[in-house]
Amino acid sequence: MQAGGASQSQVQSQLQPQSQPHSTMQGYDPSSFFCEMLRPGQPQHPTLTLLLSRLAAMPIDSLRQRAQEAERDLLDRGITFTVYSDATAIDRILPFDLIPRVITPAEWHQIETGVVQRVRALNMFLYDIYHDRKILADKIVPAELVLNNAGYCQAMVGFNVPFNTYVHVCGTDIVRDETGAFRVLEDNARTPSGVAYVVENRHMSLRVIPDLMTSLRVRSVDEYGLRLHNAMAEIAPSGVVDPQVVVLSPGIFNSAYFEHVFLAREMGVPLVEGRDLTVEGGKVWMRTTSGLAPVHTIYRRIGDDFLDPDAFNPESMLGVRGLIEAWRHGTVAIANAVGTGVADDKAIYAYMPRIIKYYLSEEPILPNVDTRICAEPDALAYTLDHLHELVVKPVAESGGYGLLIGPHASKAQLADFRALLKADPANYISQPTLKLSVSPTLCEDGVRPRHIDLRPFAVTGRNTWVLPGGLTRVALRAGTLVVNSSQGGGSKDTWVLE
Amino acid sequence: MDIIPKRHTVHLIARHAESTIWLARYMERIENMARILDVTNTFARDADDTRNWLSIPRINGDLAEFYKKHTEATQRSVGDFYLLDTTNPTSVQSFIAAARENARTLRALISTEMWLQINVFHSRIRQLDAGTITPDHFTAVCAMLKEGAQAHTGITEGTLYRDQAWHFYMIGRYLERADQTTRLLDTRFHSLAPQTDAVDADIDAGHWNALLRAAAGYHAYRREHPSGYHPQEVACFMLANTAFPRSVGLNLAQVEWHLTQLRTRYMLRMSGALERLDQLNGMMTYPNVTELASRKLSPFLDYVQREVGALHQDIVGTFAG
Repeated sequence: MQAGGASQSQVQSQLQPQSQPHSTMQGYDPSSFFCEMLRPGQPQHPTLTLLLSRLAAMPIDSLRQRAQEAERDLLDRGITFTVYSDATAIDRILPFDLIPRVITPAEWHQIETGVVQRVRALNMFLYDIYHDRKILADKIVPAELVLNNAGYCQAMVGFNVPFNTYVHVCGTDIVRDETGAFRVLEDNARTPSGVAYVVENRHMSLRVIPDLMTSLRVRSVDEYGLRLHNAMAEIAPSGVVDPQVVVLSPGIFNSAYFEHVFLAREMGVPLVEGRDLTVEGGKVWMRTTSGLAPVHTIYRRIGDDFLDPDAFNPESMLGVRGLIEAWRHGTVAIANAVGTGVADDKAIYAYMPRIIKYYLSEEPILPNVDTRICAEPDALAYTLDHLHELVVKPVAESGGYGLLIGPHASKAQLADFRALLKADPANYISQPTLKLSVSPTLCEDGVRPRHIDLRPFAVTGRNTWVLPGGLTRVALRAGTLVVNSSQGGGSKDTWVLE
Repeated sequence: MDIIPKRHTVHLIARHAESTIWLARYMERIENMARILDVTNTFARDADDTRNWLSIPRINGDLAEFYKKHTEATQRSVGDFYLLDTTNPTSVQSFIAAARENARTLRALISTEMWLQINVFHSRIRQLDAGTITPDHFTAVCAMLKEGAQAHTGITEGTLYRDQAWHFYMIGRYLERADQTTRLLDTRFHSLAPQTDAVDADIDAGHWNALLRAAAGYHAYRREHPSGYHPQEVACFMLANTAFPRSVGLNLAQVEWHLTQLRTRYMLRMSGALERLDQLNGMMTYPNVTELASRKLSPFLDYVQREVGALHQDIVGTFAG
């Protein structure tokens, strides 16, 4: 595939600030939303100014042609995910918007330190609730919320993991409000996905908009596989030289299979399924052409319930019989650890600022979105009274399903949801409708503001490292706030400036 | 204490080894199918068109399945059966679907270029319909299929890292070629009932011609045997020739080389397969094939086909379960 198509002279001319009118940006109006490109009320950043002038000078037809090339390229490369509805499975691409989202060094500093702080607190919280339960005794977090949580795993009680790290890979969903302040929307501490798109989106930018990128100092995203492998090697059972790491996938029909392939390739380790592994003599082995070979760390992309039919769901065909027993004997490491789901539960999320203060004696560097826990009577009453202006989320779901966005709901939808909420208030939290920041996005009627979020990825073995940038998801439909890939969202390349 | 650090051992998942063999076999089948369809369409025309088209289901052992769906073997019905029919496991549609599924399984092992080409090739084949395989397009479709399969072969040659997986891939390719050539020979010798009678051979020149073209060996054969066709010589050429890329003997010798590499470099137990191969290779000589072809070749070809199948099982069996 031809990259870009701009000649050298065109590239040169676009290096110069443009004096012509910003035709491509014409009609672009973020109204009261914070725009990541224009940044009202913030000091001008020279790189952003240059990027904006290049973008404005790029004919819209050229942008559209490049967008088509990018779409073709994604299909050709099979960079797809599978959508299941009714009885059909369709391979879809995650739409790529070629206008990048830019993060300044100062902003990145806040995000990076905020994510590291949050991952530390999550790991300390997990250690505590599976050991002494001090935070419950001190009534910082209601004990029943933790101990009765579907994500709380009895098998983890009293069990120690290397470096007390439970969440080896964490995806923190961050949004920006109308003042430009970053806020954490949720933690993904089980098997967060999307990192493959971070790297693929960068490669796509290099192919289709090299002239927009020329001479800009953007931080690299190429280190992820190496960092992840090294963390996986660190947590391997002690005494093992050159540990064998594998990626455990449910297989080629899983919607995230493309990412599993990416992870295995970038780490340079085998991509296995449950049937490729076996437990013998208390150790985990993989079936190779030369017989059984030992496995020391499993980066699993299978949910807790499916990992081991002996320990959890006996119906699971995806896992490995005896795996948990082997893990408990310390002969193999599993990342992320079992039982982390309790920490990224939406009900626990509401307590995260207090959890951070409790363990670290620090203020959260990245604040939460104001959240009400409907299990509490006052919060429920408020939520019912203000349903039409709130976002209400079930606490045990992911992927944007079963979500109510009050201002966008019809009267009938509100009434239906009110009944659901009253029937099981403990299952819901509510938050004010966020005025998510927007980014210029190529749409049918031109370059238009569309809402975005950000999911940085943190890798933790002994220490925590955060991949510069993360996955920027964009809600492609005008006005919609839901950025999930399963709900019609797309993604953008994320540029952290040096 | 070691001065030279121990080399990191790169294991190959047994299931992936098997997938690698299948990937190669399915891609090879697409090329073979395209060539046979093209040759039948172009060179095998005579008064009895039906008999020629019927030879393709016969080669593939599909006669019963074919007649369940079609009453008569024509370009249209055979084209439909082998180019479009997704329910026929021996159609190029099924081959590319299976190849892509294996490639998907192996996505972490094969090169990005290989995956990209298979993926694009897959969508191109998926787009074929009745309108694209009409007589005026038939040759172009066959050319597209051959080129796609050959592009795959070339990309693999240039980009697939040559560790264990590559050896298994090559074994798959060579096993498939040996199998296909045996099938081709079998049907022709079956239908032509070879005699040592030179007159008969002359009458059948067009058929020998088509047979050699279907194996991409026509010009090489002309060069080796400019004076004409002789059934025993054709049989020797296709079974025992050591220079013809699709001769059974050459392909089995390649399989043997790769198996030996797997045994010596990776310490894989390949004794069963190597023993079988040793015996089989011993038979692929000019004197032996000449002798066999002077009587009846079919039983021998059946035997070779069974042995090639058994070889695949031997190889996979060494690490299965």
